[in-house]
Amino acid sequence: MSDPRFHVSVSPHLRDTATIGSIMWTVSAALAPQLVLAAWIFGPRVLLLAAVSVGSCVLCEAAMQRGLGKKVTVRDGSAVLTGLLLAYVLPPGVPLTLPFWGGVFAMCIAKHLFGGLGANFFNPALIARAFLAVGFPVAMTTAWIAPFAWHGAADAVSTATPLYLLKHYGAAAMFQQYGAHAEALRHFFLGIRPGCVGETSTLLLLLGGLVLIWRRIITWHIPAAMLGTAALLAWVFGGETLFTGDPLLHLVTGGMFLGAFFMATDYVTSPSQPRAKLLYGVGAGALTMLIRFKGGYPEGVCYAILLMNCLNPVIENAFRPKRFAAPLPKPEPKPAAKPEAKPAPDASQKDGEGRK
Amino acid sequence: MPTPQLATFTLGGVHPPGHKDLSCTVPIEALPLPELLTIPLLQHFGAPADPVVAAKQVVAEGDLLGAAPKGLGAPVHAPVAGTVKRVTTVPHPVLGKVRGVLLEPDPAAAPRAYAPLDWESRTPQELLARIREAGVVGMGGAGFPTHVKLSPPPDLTVDTLLINGVECESYVTADHRVMLERSADLVAGVRMLLRVLGLERKGRAVIGIENNKPDAIEAVGRAIAADPAVARDGLDMSVLPLAVKYPQGSEKQLIEAATGRRVPAGALPAHVGCVVQNVGTAVAVYEACGLGRNLTHRVVTLTGRGVARPANLLCPVGTPLSVLVEHVGGLSDAAVKVVQGGPMMGFALADLSYTVTKQSNGFLFLTREETDLSDFGPCIRCGRCLAACPMGLMPNEISIYMERERFEGTDRFGLWDCFECGSCAFVCPAKRPLVQFIRVAKLKLRQKG
Repeated sequence: MSDPRFHVSVSPHLRDTATIGSIMWTVSAALAPQLVLAAWIFGPRVLLLAAVSVGSCVLCEAAMQRGLGKKVTVRDGSAVLTGLLLAYVLPPGVPLTLPFWGGVFAMCIAKHLFGGLGANFFNPALIARAFLAVGFPVAMTTAWIAPFAWHGAADAVSTATPLYLLKHYGAAAMFQQYGAHAEALRHFFLGIRPGCVGETSTLLLLLGGLVLIWRRIITWHIPAAMLGTAALLAWVFGGETLFTGDPLLHLVTGGMFLGAFFMATDYVTSPSQPRAKLLYGVGAGALTMLIRFKGGYPEGVCYAILLMNCLNPVIENAFRPKRFAAPLPKPEPKPAAKPEAKPAPDASQKDGEGRK
Repeated sequence: MPTPQLATFTLGGVHPPGHKDLSCTVPIEALPLPELLTIPLLQHFGAPADPVVAAKQVVAEGDLLGAAPKGLGAPVHAPVAGTVKRVTTVPHPVLGKVRGVLLEPDPAAAPRAYAPLDWESRTPQELLARIREAGVVGMGGAGFPTHVKLSPPPDLTVDTLLINGVECESYVTADHRVMLERSADLVAGVRMLLRVLGLERKGRAVIGIENNKPDAIEAVGRAIAADPAVARDGLDMSVLPLAVKYPQGSEKQLIEAATGRRVPAGALPAHVGCVVQNVGTAVAVYEACGLGRNLTHRVVTLTGRGVARPANLLCPVGTPLSVLVEHVGGLSDAAVKVVQGGPMMGFALADLSYTVTKQSNGFLFLTREETDLSDFGPCIRCGRCLAACPMGLMPNEISIYMERERFEGTDRFGLWDCFECGSCAFVCPAKRPLVQFIRVAKLKLRQKG
């Protein structure tokens, strides 16, 4: 006769305080300062953009879970985080239909048709961005807003991103637009530059990323490997001649920090072993620079991470944790000394036959 | 002064909240004689003991109730004088039901007096036989018959006796109190164990204690210094303070922490020259060889926020849980889970009909705030379980396989190396019952053969 007061379950009976919800909400909080900055430099419309994106993701997640007969888990913050990240990778001037359709694609197709949380192949926010880039190419490549344009002019002033100028007109043209080298880099670092909603401030994204490392939500491996590789390649190949490139310039422009700390570290689509993470980060950094230097797009973070998402199962499978200890070696067969001399010619014969 | 780096094991490990302050300062208290003892004949790893008593038979304290079975097992003795009421089936937390003896203690019988024996003139073989007869089993929780662990295969050389005073499980403080209050007996027991293993001259004894028990480290160190025989015989006996990390009390982890050696998968500690015994076992060995007393009592920690007065109780085996609960002032309404053993590896009990055995180091009464009853979610591949696993296994992959009912193939993630410490499930943010998945996988693979 069991006592109804007492629950029976398999050990352990103690659980850590971290939950999926606590992780998702902490990441969202670490991202929040950049949104405030974006609202200040690009205007309050980015808040509307984020609201549509988050709302679309949350509604679609709930609808898909209900439709598939699963438990609705929108309170765990996972859909909110995807919505936020989706808004962060959009140009600030895009029509509000884009975050809406992006959210539909991210949640319904990229996440829930692949099995929901934990089973999606691609980072939902990034694959939705790729979908929008294909479906709405003009808006996704031209809807930039110059910093503080909303303070003066009634209309958003169209402008070009630093990476666009760098790719198509060269470094000199870019510095002409953004001021002298040191001043331009300072502005890029602080985030006073055109770009996607959530990618501008290297400073705020770095601080957010350090919070995630401090809270043990992510480890340093992927960001360090990705940023280090990108900086190295920028130094080697980014200049007029070899080894004259400016590594800093490629780190503080584009979406490098957003990608390294918040996109490439997505648990589901990145490896979980330290050594595998390093390889994954190196791959993402190298592919980013390959696209920036040789590809057709000025920016490559999004596609680089999506490509690494594809490779993730292979990388994950190639690296296994180190076991505590190997089993004892099998006891050697008793006549150990004698047959050893003979098999050698046999083996070479077989080898030779195999080659024929 | 810089604190020296304390030894610990290298791979994985977690830091669950300790909660030991509830009971670690409460001295061991002898439980008043219960009205009825329900004594299972299986209180150890192996086969149940064969009953040698019948209903209405009068037994004296220490008399044999169940003889050691053929093969792996241990005998069971009467903790007190009394009358056998019945030989019947009794509840067992793991196996459901086992054979057991209902013993009605005789309150008029005087407790037996034990005089110190001259054990130092005995040979190792005689001491080993005495340990087997006394029914001594591992008192850290697994209950492996001690005489078997003290007889390593003759082709292996043992040079180190490790005494496990780690008590890495949260809440439980039975070993802690034993080390404080019975440190001299512990040292005597360690001397006996050294003799049994033939290590008095050419071996060493290391008593590993985590440094969240500084008073125990000090007490045992003092007891070693105070025992004249240690210096007289030139014994190499020392206390090793260890950094706090779960599951350090696991045999393989403790061996690595203390000696740097790793026991190969599927091998014995003796393969790396070690034998490990729990501190409670060492005291039981002292009582068996030094006093001639059979193992019939043990110290049990009753704790958790669901119990009115946390305590460390010395009680006879066979004491029903309900008697213990009554003795410490009953349960609070907030208690939602009863666990035998520690919170990481212990068994949840369905009711209070279970009894104290040689293996039960504690009973926890956990409230809703202390234990997570929430439902589990999908694996998000965060990798925390991989970082926590002390054996370097992949609990995440095993659980994903098991959710799809694909138990073939789970062994390549290290299934058989898992000793179910629960570190993976402790850290899992999705609250996945990883140990349960692993247990089912082992069961399914065994059934398949």
